[in-house]
Amino acid sequence: MSQAAAIEAKNLDLTFETGDGSIQALQDVTLEIGKGEFVSFIGPSGCGKTTFLRVVAGLETPTGGEVRVNGTSPDEARRDRAYGYVFQEAGLYPWRTIAGNVRLPLEIMGYSKSEMADRVNRVLELVELSGFENKHPWQLSGGMQQRASIARALAFDADILLMDEPFGALDEIVRDHLNEQLLGLWDHTGKTIGFVTHSIPEAVYLSTRIVVMSPRPGRITDIIDNPLPRKRPLDIRDTPEFLEVAQRIRKGLRAGQSYGD
Amino acid sequence: MTLFLAALVLWMAAWWLNTRIAGSSLASSYVGRTAVPVVFGLSVLAIWELVVRGLDVPQVILPAPTVIAETFASETGTLWIDFRQTALKGAISGYVIGCLAAFAVALAIDRSTFLRHGLLPIGGFVAALPIVGTAPILVNWFGFDWQSKAAVVVVMVFFPILVNTVQGLADTAAMQRDLMRTYSASYWQTLLKLRLPAAMPFVFNGLKIATTLALIGAIVAEYFGSPTRGMGFRISTSVGTLELAMVWSEIAVAALAGTLFYGAVTLVERWVTFWHPSQR
Ligand SMILES: Nc1ncnc2c1ncn2[C@@H]1O[C@H](COP(=O)(O)OP(=O)(O)OP(=O)(O)O)[C@@H](O)[C@H]1O
Ligand SMILES: [Mg+2]
Repeated sequence: MSQAAAIEAKNLDLTFETGDGSIQALQDVTLEIGKGEFVSFIGPSGCGKTTFLRVVAGLETPTGGEVRVNGTSPDEARRDRAYGYVFQEAGLYPWRTIAGNVRLPLEIMGYSKSEMADRVNRVLELVELSGFENKHPWQLSGGMQQRASIARALAFDADILLMDEPFGALDEIVRDHLNEQLLGLWDHTGKTIGFVTHSIPEAVYLSTRIVVMSPRPGRITDIIDNPLPRKRPLDIRDTPEFLEVAQRIRKGLRAGQSYGD
Repeated sequence: MTLFLAALVLWMAAWWLNTRIAGSSLASSYVGRTAVPVVFGLSVLAIWELVVRGLDVPQVILPAPTVIAETFASETGTLWIDFRQTALKGAISGYVIGCLAAFAVALAIDRSTFLRHGLLPIGGFVAALPIVGTAPILVNWFGFDWQSKAAVVVVMVFFPILVNTVQGLADTAAMQRDLMRTYSASYWQTLLKLRLPAAMPFVFNGLKIATTLALIGAIVAEYFGSPTRGMGFRISTSVGTLELAMVWSEIAVAALAGTLFYGAVTLVERWVTFWHPSQR
C-alpha cells in the first residue's frame, strides 16, 4: 500500500459569513490522508464534518490554509474525476429511474452504452437494489434511496470516496451488511475513503484512522490509529481491542464537549 | 309562466340528483365524477331554454340553446372556415412561434447576466402594452391575413413563457447542483440533465396560461382588420346585423377549441412531468 498523500489539509480555516454574524465551521484543521486509507470523522452535530468533506471536494472554498488532493487543487482533482461523493441526503433526481440515477455520472463522463449497463447492474447488485432498476425514487423507502445514492457514487472509478453519513438513515441489519460490503470494496479496490458517521462502532469497524472533532469552532481534538487488522469479520466488534478503541473515541468526544462549554 | 315553473322544478330535480350522486358510492368512480358535471351542464342548458321561452326573451338579448344549435348545425361550413382562419392559422402558429422564441430567449438570459438585466424588463414592458394598442400596429405591419394575428399572439404568449422558464431554470436544490459539480459536468450537461427537467413544471404552467391567451389574442386582433372570415370578424359583423345565434355559435366554437387546446397541453404535461408531486 503506497502511503503518498491523497488528501492534505494544512491549517484550514473556514468562516461562514451569515446575516447574523459569522460562524467558524473549521479552525486550524491539519490532516494528511494517505492513499488507500479509510478515515472516519466523528463528532457532535455542527462540528464541521460535512464542511470538511465539502472543502476537500472543492465545493467550499476555505478562508485560510491549504488543501491538496492527489498533489493538486481540489478543483483540478475534480476535473480529473477523482471524487465519488455521497451526500447526507440521497438527492436522487425524481424524473430518472433508479438505474437512470446511477447512470447519471456515467453519462456525463462519456462511458459507452454497454459499459454503462454493466456498471449499473453491478453496483445495484452490490447495494441489493437489483429488481428496482425501473422504479422511480419516490417509490422507494428512504433507506433504499440512500443505497441508490451510494451505488451512484460507486458507479465510476473515483480513487477517492467521500461519504457523508451514508448509512445514517438505514436500519441496523442493512447497515451491518453495507459496512461489510464497503470494507470489502475498500480492501480490493484500494480506494481512499473519507467517511462521516455518528456511530462509534461503525467508525471503529471501518476505519484505519478515526478523526474526532468538536464544535464551535469546528476543530480536530484527537486522531486515533486503529490497530485492528485489515480483514475484519463482523464479530470483531466484541473483541477487547475493538472496545478499547471505542472507549478512546468516547473519551475524545467527551473531552471535546467539556472544552467547548 | 308554466315553462318558468318547469325550469324551477327542473333545477331542484337536477340539484337533488347531483347531491345523490355525490353522496353515493359512485362519487369516487369515473362514472360518478363524469356524471356530476354532465348533469350540471345539461340542466343549465335546459333551464336556459325554458326561461328564454317562458319569459319570451327577445332573440337579440339571448337566443335559446336550441336556436343556437340550429344555427350551429346549418352554418358548420362557415364556422369551420372561421375556425381554420383564427384558431389553426392565427392562434396555433402564433403560439408555437411565441413559445419557441420565449424559450430560446430564456436560455440566452440564463447564460448571460447582461441579457437578464436588459431583456427581462423589456419583456415585462411589452407584456404590459394593451392589446388594443399593439394589435392595430401589428395589423399595419403584417397585413390583414392571419400573419398579423399570429404576431399579436406571439406578443401575448411571449412573456408568461419567458418568466416561467427563467424561474424554472433557477429551481434546483443546492445539493442537486453540487452533485453535478462533483462530476465536473459542463454547463450544457447540467442544463440538459438537471435544470431543464427540473424546469418543466414551470414551463408547462406558462404553456397552459398561454393557450387561453393565444385564442383570445387571435380573436380580438381580427377586430382591427381581417379578411372576410375568422371568428373575431364573424362575431363583430354578426353583432352588427343582430344575428346573435351566430355570435353564440362562434362563442361555442371558441369555448370548445380553448378547452381542447388546454386539455391537450395538460396531457403532454402529465406525460413530461409525471415525476412531480402534483402529478403522481
Ligand atoms: N452554507 C453555510 N452557511 C452558513 N453556515 C454554515 C453553512 N454550512 C454549514 N454552516 C455552519 O457550519 C457549522 C458546521 O456545519 P457542518 O454541516 O459541517 O456540520 P456537521 O458536522 O456536518 O453536522 P451534522 O453532524 O449535523 O451533519 C454549523 O454550525 C453550520 O451551521
Ligand atoms: Mg453533516
